[in-house]
Amino acid sequence: MCLAVPHTIIRILGSGEALAEARGVRRHIRTDCLPSAEKGDTVLVHAGFAIEKVLPEKEEELGTLWEEIYTLSGEEPS
Amino acid sequence: MTSLSPAKACLEAIEKWQAPLEKPLKIMEVCGTHTMAIARHALKQLLPPGIVLVSGPGCPVCVTHQKDLEHALEMARNPEILLTTYGDMLRVPAYRSSLLEERARGASVTVVTSAMEALELASKEPKKKVIFLGVGFETTAPATAAAILRARERKISNFFVLSLHKRVPPVLRYLASRENLQIRGFLLPGHVATILGELPFGFLGEDFHLASAIAGFEREDILLGMAALLRQMARGEFRLRNVYSRSVRPEGNPEARKLMEEVFESAPALWRGLGTLEDSGLVLQKNYHNFDAARIFPAPSTMPKEDPLEKLCRCGDILMGRLAPHQCPLFGTSCTPLHPLGPCMVSGEGSCAAAWKYEKNASRAAADFSLAREAE
Repeated sequence: MCLAVPHTIIRILGSGEALAEARGVRRHIRTDCLPSAEKGDTVLVHAGFAIEKVLPEKEEELGTLWEEIYTLSGEEPS
Repeated sequence: MTSLSPAKACLEAIEKWQAPLEKPLKIMEVCGTHTMAIARHALKQLLPPGIVLVSGPGCPVCVTHQKDLEHALEMARNPEILLTTYGDMLRVPAYRSSLLEERARGASVTVVTSAMEALELASKEPKKKVIFLGVGFETTAPATAAAILRARERKISNFFVLSLHKRVPPVLRYLASRENLQIRGFLLPGHVATILGELPFGFLGEDFHLASAIAGFEREDILLGMAALLRQMARGEFRLRNVYSRSVRPEGNPEARKLMEEVFESAPALWRGLGTLEDSGLVLQKNYHNFDAARIFPAPSTMPKEDPLEKLCRCGDILMGRLAPHQCPLFGTSCTPLHPLGPCMVSGEGSCAAAWKYEKNASRAAADFSLAREAE
């Protein structure tokens, strides 16, 4: 139920609405929960609403964990 | 240069971290999307035998109580009402019927994919009272709140919401405090956390010394989350780890929360199989009572008697991680996806539906649970 699918914003339409695309399919989505959404942003869409921008993983958050994991598994991270 | 894929490296690390720990290591996920991803990628079978992965009450459809559904059915039978709902809810059995059956008998029940779609229907059909059945956790509740705010702005007075929305942190606290469940860690729902942020989950480590990790939904995301949990257990350092930072900011989504807090307030809620949990529901605030279907269209005074076969349904135990789907006497016999008796089989994200679809070989799951039960 909490499934959310990444969409790219094609156009901001105003009044809390935007045109977005995922896997070649375009649909109108709401941006009430993400008013800062802009054209070109990749956003997670749940139940017709953009709920967050998808950004690169934070290196400081995950970098050390991956290092530990690869060290434990006996190899150097690539 | 490394030859190990990230998934394989996680599995190796999990193997090493779990080795010295006392078994069984019962880990609960509380998100239907995790349930399905774990089953689809056969992750239970890939993990070391001492790790028992169980699905908690993470499917909002599965935890919707029969009494609340009877209330919705009563509304649907009213010829003035058009009931709108997400498709997942149609086949969920109440005591004697479902929305699908009521529709077959002539009730107006329409599937929508967004609360805004329900609002548009209300705008197009001003003579109908359009009720939106609001189910879902904190991921979904902001969308319902936005629709209500928009209805007020557009002065649409024939749009109402029956809010069955539920909150995840209170049910986590309830499960964490039940020592007999023997849960050692929680794989936390990535999209609920996208809205709430990290803070509301910190208590799992701080108050209960349980491992906790917010994870995404790809195979590598879940394995990384599992590795983060095992690392906490191995080190005895129980601090929440967010391994889904591409979507979950530490502060969550304040705009979405603002919408939710404007329209809703916490209240006790009835969970299927778990009973009433304080502060675990979201009801409409006083300023929005004119949109509140629960107040305007009261619940039926008497409830139909339960189907005797349904008394055998063990969804409650399954939602608490006490039983595996295969251990329910109805699983695969009287209760199948075509003829579901319990909500865990109805919902595409339910534990029983996932087990039916993906876990043809039930022996591993059953063995896991025997191990967990021996320990209890």
